[in-house]
Amino acid sequence: MNFRNRLSALAAVTLVAGLALSACGGDDSADDKASGGGGGGDGTYTFLPKNLGNAYFDTSDNAGKAAVEAFGGTYQEVGPDKASPDAQVPFINTAAQQGVSALIVSANDKEAICDALNEARDAGTKVVTFDSDVNPDCRDLFINQATADGIAKVEVDMIAEQIGDAGEVAILSASANATNQNAWIDVMKKDIADNHPNIKLVDVVYGDDDDQTSFDKTAALLQAHPDLKGIISPTTVGIAAAARYLSTSDAKGKVALTGLGTPNQMREYVKDGTVTEFALWNPGDLGTLAAYAAKALVDGDIKGDEGDTFTAGDLGDFTVDADHTVLLGEPFRYNADNIDDFDF
Amino acid sequence: MTAPTLERPAETPAYAAHAHSWWRRTLLTPEIAVIAALVLVYAWSNANVANFDGPLTLYYLFLDTAPILLIALPMTLVIVTGEIDLSVASVVGLSSVAVGMLHHDAGLSIPAATVLAVLMGMAAGAVNGFLVAYVGLPSLAVTIGTLALYRGVAVGLLGTQAVTDFPQKWTDLAKERIADGSSYPVILIPFLLLLIGFAWLLHFTAFGRGVFEIGLNSEAAHFSGVNVELTKFWLFVLSGAVAAFAGVYYTLRYGSARGDNATGLELQVIAAVLLGGVSIFGGRGALHGVVAGVLLIGVISSAMRLENYTVNVINIVIGTLLVLSVMTTSLLGRVRSLAARARGGGLRPPGRPQPDATASASTPAPPSTEERHQA
Repeated sequence: MNFRNRLSALAAVTLVAGLALSACGGDDSADDKASGGGGGGDGTYTFLPKNLGNAYFDTSDNAGKAAVEAFGGTYQEVGPDKASPDAQVPFINTAAQQGVSALIVSANDKEAICDALNEARDAGTKVVTFDSDVNPDCRDLFINQATADGIAKVEVDMIAEQIGDAGEVAILSASANATNQNAWIDVMKKDIADNHPNIKLVDVVYGDDDDQTSFDKTAALLQAHPDLKGIISPTTVGIAAAARYLSTSDAKGKVALTGLGTPNQMREYVKDGTVTEFALWNPGDLGTLAAYAAKALVDGDIKGDEGDTFTAGDLGDFTVDADHTVLLGEPFRYNADNIDDFDF
Repeated sequence: MTAPTLERPAETPAYAAHAHSWWRRTLLTPEIAVIAALVLVYAWSNANVANFDGPLTLYYLFLDTAPILLIALPMTLVIVTGEIDLSVASVVGLSSVAVGMLHHDAGLSIPAATVLAVLMGMAAGAVNGFLVAYVGLPSLAVTIGTLALYRGVAVGLLGTQAVTDFPQKWTDLAKERIADGSSYPVILIPFLLLLIGFAWLLHFTAFGRGVFEIGLNSEAAHFSGVNVELTKFWLFVLSGAVAAFAGVYYTLRYGSARGDNATGLELQVIAAVLLGGVSIFGGRGALHGVVAGVLLIGVISSAMRLENYTVNVINIVIGTLLVLSVMTTSLLGRVRSLAARARGGGLRPPGRPQPDATASASTPAPPSTEERHQA
């Protein structure tokens, strides 16, 4: 009898001690880190990508880190493990609690994180969005990687060149709700209808920026549309998965693939002939520009109004456009001739 | 140890579960261990984590955990019967889409849309309940199916768009504080009402006693007059209703109705319920432990985020905790049954099943044969 209850007492104590210890062990090692500037000091720049473990955001955030360190600020990167609409909110709340100087965000949802961002701004944090925007009244600046028109046009131009401006094409997108993807797809549809009468857009499928899903959707596309001539995938995860599928299938060389990709992911498919040409801005430059724009806001050099100008390190001078937006530039085309000049 | 059990005759004072004073039986439980852990971690974080003692911490903690707190209530009852409902997060998504469409496309007011969404949640739960209770399919399989089904319908209905034009009045209400400057958001009021309701249902009614009996031994429950099918059916309906209500809150809090809202929430709910001391095999658990389990996960995540840990590290810590807590309960049960055998186990009425927590928390070992030998 006693034995039994002593056991339960022992178990209770062990459990409690285990919990307490695991919390202590974790937090102790963090104290040094936090005192370095995470605890609400001046000049902390927090990057919040759509999700962690995404090579694209690793590139932009690492460039942002280099920029932040170059101008003497403290860099942090936090983020959820999956790009669901609400998952960023706790991290934005945490930044507000910490009173960081600036929050540099790529939004998973235009609206869902809006109030949280405004709460952070009320607490004195400057909010810069990059890659994927929120409603304009929830941030100080948006760093636009390229205009929707520019991106859509370069992708349609590339596929038109590769398939001889005629035939069936399909789009492999990220998630059905991705702000930027849908804007680009709308412009592409219009561009195809207006300027490429012989190209027919037969399908838009969503790979959710998941490698396996995108791979499967590519397979399904080829099955559903035997006359498919080309695939446009305006997402780095999608185009890599599609290229991987095509490179091992009969369709290699017959179905053209283009879109937005990164050189490191696409290198082998450009070299083996699966992909002729794809486009992208430089996400590293995007992260750098976002970091310098955030610094200009934090230092009070700019307010984010139209016509404000600031210098972004080696990238040169930038001017704020309408709607508190800064444009990085035109998309860049990568092909067999230049791909080895890039490493990201 | 304190799980409500069958009425026992007073003349068996040697009965294990009643052999000790009430305070020992109340205090030395997994629930109290979780509550103590919550208090310790909270106090430790308050003293050691920068910005944790700020006014926003608790406010955000409650806002973030509110959907989990809500859904954990019916989930506790479902798991106590030995079943599981994996479709809750998809019901949240479905309800989010329903509220968005009913408001945006059909022009309904938010309260009207909420009522319809909750009715739809009940219908979704009724499908689960019918298939599990009356068709007799395993709930794991049924609700994995409806997890995909309801999510598919939700994403399919709204397609690529998100409804965001909710009246400010209602989106503000979802984030409103009980009083100015208070750390407690108003969503805690419906939660507390539901908590009282579910605690009463589970711990103070014949229905609740039936829920435990089903978890311990469904057949025995049936023969002792519990309507097993109807009980399970209503639990799934309740689960659907509360998940749909959480979906409405979710939508208004983020001001965005989307088909993929709350993806993966079901695992957070189940993790919290199990951490709160509910046995995955059914038959034991209590709501105070579950509430503490939800808050414990919330406090740990909040403190670790403030210390700039990435989400992966946070997941590892919470995952480890969960495994430890399940292991502790299970190991404890095994050690106890071994100890009981070593002692001879003669203190239990021979030949009678022992429907208490020990038996259910361990693997369903067959003590009766052993005991008969001894007796």
